[in-house]
Amino acid sequence: MNIKVRARVNGNYYDQFLPAALKEGVIDAEESMIHSWASPVCGTVYGTLLNDLQSLKAMGDLLNKPPYEQPPKAPVLYIKPINTITGHHTEVIIPGEAAQLKVGASVGIVIGKRTAKVKAEDAYEFIEGYTLVNDLSLPHASIFRPAIKEKVRDGFCPIGPWVVPQKYIPNPEKIKISVYINGEKKHHYSLEKLVRPIPQLLQDVSEFMTLDQGDLLMAGCGANLPTAESGDIVRIEAAEIGALENKLRRWWT
Amino acid sequence: MKTARVAFEGDIFYAVPLEGKLKLANGRIVEEEQVAWLPPVKPGTCFALGLNYMDHATELKFKAPEEPLVFLKGPNTFVGHRGRTKRPEDVTNMHYECELAVIIGRQARAVSKAEAYDYVAGYTIANDYAFRDYLENYYRPNLRVKNRDHSTPLGPWFVDAADIKDPMNLSLRTFINGEKVQEGTTNDMIFKVDDLIEYLSGFMTLNPGDLLLTGTPKGTIDTKVGDEVVTEIEGLGKLINTIV
Repeated sequence: MNIKVRARVNGNYYDQFLPAALKEGVIDAEESMIHSWASPVCGTVYGTLLNDLQSLKAMGDLLNKPPYEQPPKAPVLYIKPINTITGHHTEVIIPGEAAQLKVGASVGIVIGKRTAKVKAEDAYEFIEGYTLVNDLSLPHASIFRPAIKEKVRDGFCPIGPWVVPQKYIPNPEKIKISVYINGEKKHHYSLEKLVRPIPQLLQDVSEFMTLDQGDLLMAGCGANLPTAESGDIVRIEAAEIGALENKLRRWWT
Repeated sequence: MKTARVAFEGDIFYAVPLEGKLKLANGRIVEEEQVAWLPPVKPGTCFALGLNYMDHATELKFKAPEEPLVFLKGPNTFVGHRGRTKRPEDVTNMHYECELAVIIGRQARAVSKAEAYDYVAGYTIANDYAFRDYLENYYRPNLRVKNRDHSTPLGPWFVDAADIKDPMNLSLRTFINGEKVQEGTTNDMIFKVDDLIEYLSGFMTLNPGDLLLTGTPKGTIDTKVGDEVVTEIEGLGKLINTIV
């Protein structure tokens, strides 16, 4: 199957559609003429916490204890602002005080048109397509307060390499995500086990806040996130979307 | 200097106050009620502070935080002066929060407290409504409470930093239908503007157009549909919003 994916490459300020096809079971584009990749998403990037049954299960009894008191009712969201956004094949700097980073691999739902108060059954009409997100964090146990210092560091949100238009992914709930660190598989999960599948998530989020064309909403990052350290190459892969690869390093190495 | 951003006759203009009226950038003079007021800046990343006034922290039965309690807001949440904010039908406690909003003017990374004000372009007023019924204890205050559409009136003016001699000594007041319901001073902030710029730029890059909403003092009470809520800060003007 030959498809076209939307990307922002080679320092150009405009989008380009690149031919892509399955290569060894994963969507890949012809990269020989491309020397740099920017994030294909320019809007606001929202993360979704605990939207995976495994991650909710991993919290166990804590959900009913202080400070949480009860399991979440509405989607738990956070923002990855513009200083965090970077593209495919960039290097991410590990801040001085951290030994390792947590790698939160997610499918990015890219919004195709302004989305306010949509019903789940209409939700797919508002989706342009899907990309991959590497939501990096400093390890933190508590999720009571917003994790700004942990999640909002410069470069902590690689996105890409491209957006695969929705028409090529008729069953996004079947997407499986794998995380490889230096080529070794460290994490794997499927979108089949979401607390809120994509249409329901869009309904419940757009009930109280409008998403704009070009915004991105993460579907969730799974449970028991892997860690990576300086020198590691982190590769996030989904057959239907492609592979997002970034290297971590300390700035003085 | 005070500058507004307004929509008038199908275009967007910068405007300055002139004897109770507005002078548009094209020289035309119009009444304040003739234009649609937009947020005076297009916000970049917006940081908001929770529990940053000792009396408000006590009012909510919280200890004062040892580190700034920061949360982020998206672009959907802003609305201009004389705008409307919806009160959802199932809500029993929706309160205003009058806040000094700091507009960053230069890219800032690892800026010391002593240099922090060099990075401030100006100030405006934010009314950072909270819908307390939706509070949950995950990444609290959660976005359903603090990032609803049009729930953060901003304006009316972008006031140049040079015009505000001491931003840490401004009185803040809120009026509902003309009755004063909140009063405080920026002098009571726990983490001051320079502390916040040092703190945030210490671990991330701030960019021009980024906003810091610096928290609210004591006196936050429920509002009702039809209420006119006026948040006022000394030297910055009066920001009017109506609950619908």
